[in-house]
Amino acid sequence: MSALAAGSGARRQRLMVTPEGIGFNLVVANRGARLAALLIDLVIIGVLEVATTLILVYIAGGIDNLDHLAGRKDTAGQALQFLTIVWFAAMFLFRNGYFLFFELGPRGATPGKRMTGIRIASRDGGRLTAEMVVARNLLRDIELFLPISFLLVAKGGDTGAAGIAAAVWFLIFALFPCFNRDSLRAGDLIAGTWVVEAPRTKLQEAMSLSHTAQGGASHATGTAYRFGENELAAYGEYELQTLERVLREGRLEAMVAVHEAICRKIGWNPGAGDERAFLEAYYTQLRARLESGMRLGVRKADKWAGG
Amino acid sequence: MAFADTGIAGLFGGRKAEVQDAAIAAAALRSDRFRQEREGDWQRLEAIVRRMEAGRMGKVPDEDLLALPVLYRTVASSLSVARETSLDAATLAYLEALVQRAWFLVYGPRTGFAAWLRRFLGGGWSAAVRAIWFDLLIALAVMVAGTVVGWLLVSSDPDWYFSLVPSQFADARVPGASHEALKATLFHQPGEHQEDALSVFAAYLFSNNAQVSILAFALGFAFGIPSLLLLVQNTGTLGAMLWLYHGQGLTLDFVGWLSVHGTTELFAILLAGASGLHVGRSIAFPGAKGTMQSIREAGQRAATVMTGVVLMLVVAAMLEGFARQLINNTEGRLTVGLSMLAIWLAYFFTFRRDPKVTA
Repeated sequence: MSALAAGSGARRQRLMVTPEGIGFNLVVANRGARLAALLIDLVIIGVLEVATTLILVYIAGGIDNLDHLAGRKDTAGQALQFLTIVWFAAMFLFRNGYFLFFELGPRGATPGKRMTGIRIASRDGGRLTAEMVVARNLLRDIELFLPISFLLVAKGGDTGAAGIAAAVWFLIFALFPCFNRDSLRAGDLIAGTWVVEAPRTKLQEAMSLSHTAQGGASHATGTAYRFGENELAAYGEYELQTLERVLREGRLEAMVAVHEAICRKIGWNPGAGDERAFLEAYYTQLRARLESGMRLGVRKADKWAGG
Repeated sequence: MAFADTGIAGLFGGRKAEVQDAAIAAAALRSDRFRQEREGDWQRLEAIVRRMEAGRMGKVPDEDLLALPVLYRTVASSLSVARETSLDAATLAYLEALVQRAWFLVYGPRTGFAAWLRRFLGGGWSAAVRAIWFDLLIALAVMVAGTVVGWLLVSSDPDWYFSLVPSQFADARVPGASHEALKATLFHQPGEHQEDALSVFAAYLFSNNAQVSILAFALGFAFGIPSLLLLVQNTGTLGAMLWLYHGQGLTLDFVGWLSVHGTTELFAILLAGASGLHVGRSIAFPGAKGTMQSIREAGQRAATVMTGVVLMLVVAAMLEGFARQLINNTEGRLTVGLSMLAIWLAYFFTFRRDPKVTA
């Protein structure tokens, strides 16, 4: 996962140094994921608003019935008034409070962001404060709601050139994230935040636990694979981690292909049927060699590198 | 003898350690043994982080909360050791992600809502308002100018009234309306039942005004100019209506009617416009700091002010919905309106407590 991300998104990686002096890479979320997150959130808000309205209408209907039974107009009128006030408050809260509520939580992400695996963070590496979250969400109006309404108006053509000019002007805000390296929205800019990937990886099995990895004989063929210095010197860290991925995925075709490639490279005669045992043994011994090099300060990035 | 051995070992929990030792011995690589010795800590941290992220703070035991910073540092040091000694890409990716998640929690916002509110009301808000004083002055000048322009436009040509005043207000309140008709919009008759739908109206006004002030703030991003235009447009309405009532000799009554909630509401709109302008100014003239830093600081200050603006608009809506109906004379209304103004001014400009000292 991180190897993949490193390949495709090295441009989006930013080094973050913790107060302990440990640097780790934050990956700026890509714009597609953010758009998807926004759409999910808007759908959720829409559903909440419609549901609240329906429930209030249902309650209002009940009150109206009650009113007919009791024959009193006054109390029912007040109750209906109260419901209307609740409706106004709820709509205001959904529109403005939804993003605040979720982004202030410990995950720093709305449900949409969580589903797309992203979150907000402070750009300078400090704490994410309430002020930042408020600031970045207050600008949603000009980034989202105004451009949409202006676009709808401008399409009708009633407002003429001025309407189109306004629509273009507002589109600049809506498309702001496309014009800068960190994909900042206008809101991110004034709040000092950004949106980053929030990776969630499971701890995988250690690789050197299996029988063959420890130099034992393969159950299938009874061979204990031992590789010489020259045979292990053929590859570097990049190939090692590719091999790790192949072993973890465990797809037979991939293993056969890699097995063949390695055998060709180190001048062995590729057999068939014992690929996994061969690859596990080769992986473990290659890693042992490279890691002992690391401890001495010698690293070999890939098969082209010397050492 | 063998029986006794296992019995005692089981009693002291030695067997588990033995099994673990065996597993550690089993890994062929030194870096995997390093991992096996520590993965218990990693997984404990992951469990704590997962529970805290789910927001179930109550379900996280105290000892886990206390262990969080320690575990975080342990795992962070595991990560830096692993980076130098291990080539296991999956384990490195796991540790990176785990350290990042824990880092967000350890250095995340730790103030709860109550603590934040206390700091906000106890000095943070008024300090932010004072910090944008220059923008407040500009916005105030613009609002006064907007009112004057509205007045002048309508007095030169009453047709302007209909383009300045939204149709919802132009019911009885149109040019040419009689003294009595206009007076009736300000005061309700003794026997008249007038509280119907007024609180609904207040709720509507609140959400409308709040949206307008959020817009005024957001528009500040475009160098502040649209914020000012919005202020002019809104106060133009005020100027036009002021002219209308002035024509029938009802100026003071209108001011009284308006001031009950108007001092709070117009103040809130002033703050919103000024915060928008503050952000716009920090973009156009960042000063000695870098543009990004200047924008960031201005944005956070303005956001603090804006949070308060929403609160003020709630107060304004309540005053409008209730106080104005209960007080049916100009003197009483002016008293309420002016004392609200005095309270806000005193709170913002004389209430000085450094929020950092109290926090």
